[in-house]
Amino acid sequence: MMRAHKFENFLRSLGKPLVQFVIRFGELMQFVLQALYHCFTPPYYGKNFLRQLLDMGFYSLPVVGLTTIFAGMVIALQSYSGFARFGAEKAIASVVLISVTRELAPVLSALMVAGRIGAAMAAEIGTMRVTEQIDALVTLSTNPFKYLVAPRIWSGVIVLPLLVLIGDVIGIFGGYVVGVYKLGFNPANYINSTLEDMEALNIISGLVKAAVFGFIIAVMGCYNGYRSRGGAQGVGEATTNAVVSASILILIFNYIITEIFFSK
Amino acid sequence: METNTKISIRNLYKSFGKKHVLNGVDLDIEKGQSLVVIGGSGTGKSVLIKCIQGLLTPDAGSIKIDGEETVGTKGKNLKDMHAKMGMLFQGGALFDSLTVWENVAFSLLENQKIDRASAKVEAVRVLRQVGLAPDVADLAPSELSGGMQKRVGLARAVITKPEIIFFDEPTTGLDPIMADVINDLIVESAKGLGATTLTITHDMASARKIADKVAMLYEGKIIWQGTVKEMDKTDNPYVCQFINGCARGPIKMDV
Ligand SMILES: Nc1ncnc2c1ncn2[C@@H]1O[C@H](COP(=O)(O)OP(=O)(O)O)[C@@H](O)[C@H]1O
Ligand SMILES: [Mg+2]
Repeated sequence: MMRAHKFENFLRSLGKPLVQFVIRFGELMQFVLQALYHCFTPPYYGKNFLRQLLDMGFYSLPVVGLTTIFAGMVIALQSYSGFARFGAEKAIASVVLISVTRELAPVLSALMVAGRIGAAMAAEIGTMRVTEQIDALVTLSTNPFKYLVAPRIWSGVIVLPLLVLIGDVIGIFGGYVVGVYKLGFNPANYINSTLEDMEALNIISGLVKAAVFGFIIAVMGCYNGYRSRGGAQGVGEATTNAVVSASILILIFNYIITEIFFSK
Repeated sequence: METNTKISIRNLYKSFGKKHVLNGVDLDIEKGQSLVVIGGSGTGKSVLIKCIQGLLTPDAGSIKIDGEETVGTKGKNLKDMHAKMGMLFQGGALFDSLTVWENVAFSLLENQKIDRASAKVEAVRVLRQVGLAPDVADLAPSELSGGMQKRVGLARAVITKPEIIFFDEPTTGLDPIMADVINDLIVESAKGLGATTLTITHDMASARKIADKVAMLYEGKIIWQGTVKEMDKTDNPYVCQFINGCARGPIKMDV
């Protein structure tokens, strides 16, 4: 009797967060569908889009450059000390190329941009929500999804692949620097090995990942900002949630997309 | 019969979870009239305005503007409805990312697609109407004082010459002199446009100055309405307590 009671309580305590999770998930999906719809229907706000491009793209270059160059460098170093001393030149060029283009450039760039831009989006839109600027947009006959959300999503989907392409080059260059200046490889041979292994699939899978990650960053930033309530504290929470949820989703989708591209 | 009624609200209900904010509001606003809704903080005054503007969807009830039902309006119809409304928000709600004149001219730029040069001329003209010098136009909203932000918000609300203007606590947070200046501006611009206005406030000086008619919101209902003169003579204990600002009386404050 007692035990049944306890079990019921246990189920109940399990039930509430579960129900809340399902509701939140439903809300998010509704938000995503609505956002997508407004991404493809006019009016388009070109100026807002360009501003996002600049913020997300241009100003993220230093962060992405630093992250990927050290990622490429450390991969060269690790694979040399780890397993590839024999015939190292070719193997290391190849390991750097594959790991940078398939994984490191897209994932690390996306995580950095999530911290930089996802947070800023949630903070800006959240502030607009709690100071009634979003209500003001509506009363001025302007759809906030079109004015605020769509430009950010477009910008995310377009900018991240560009950043990752640049990150690819810088990351491979990082591997080259370590290979040539620290490990003493022949520069020409290293470059040749890199070019030999250059496969479209490596690059393309990385760019597809980047586009998906850009979408995730923008959606989580906008969604968390849009639903924030309760003043400065609410905006702070929204910012944290935007970064954490985007980061987790990036890692999950990274696995899923890798599975789609490379497991046969 | 009802040709003179601009906004007609019947039996309006709105709850947030278990919290019943509006509990059957009935209210009529006549064309060209200035109605002031008074009530304590957190009684749902802003919620009422947001329901009328379609920013919140009421749980039940009807809101008619010019005889047409507006509850549930969407898309193009909602835009058309907003085109004839202006709103001064409690905190101004100016867009941080735009300059003062871009805020004021927002509708001209985004909806009426007027070129930037003429839009700016018009914005500066309306800014002057609300007592702001042209050199304010290129500042960011964050560079302005509270009173100046209210003026910019007012300019943005009236630039499209709306038929209906809403004022959400226009004087809250201002010193008494600036409050009076804003009151004068509200009266002036509303009369100038012949607009119907709905103001919500708990500032009685403001209410007296602006109102043709006063209505009191308490526990989700309109419990009293009348002219300012009638308000001063009424023996309704709720109204008396509120306009005299007494802690004692039938109104219980949750503290
Ligand atoms: N979007 C919302 N979600 C949940 N509760 C809300 C929301 N908007 C208003 N409320 C609640 O409704 C009540 C009335 O709010 P409001 O209309 O802003 O009061 P006021 O009369 O001071 O303008 C408050 O208790 C507030 O917490
Ligand atoms: Mg309010």
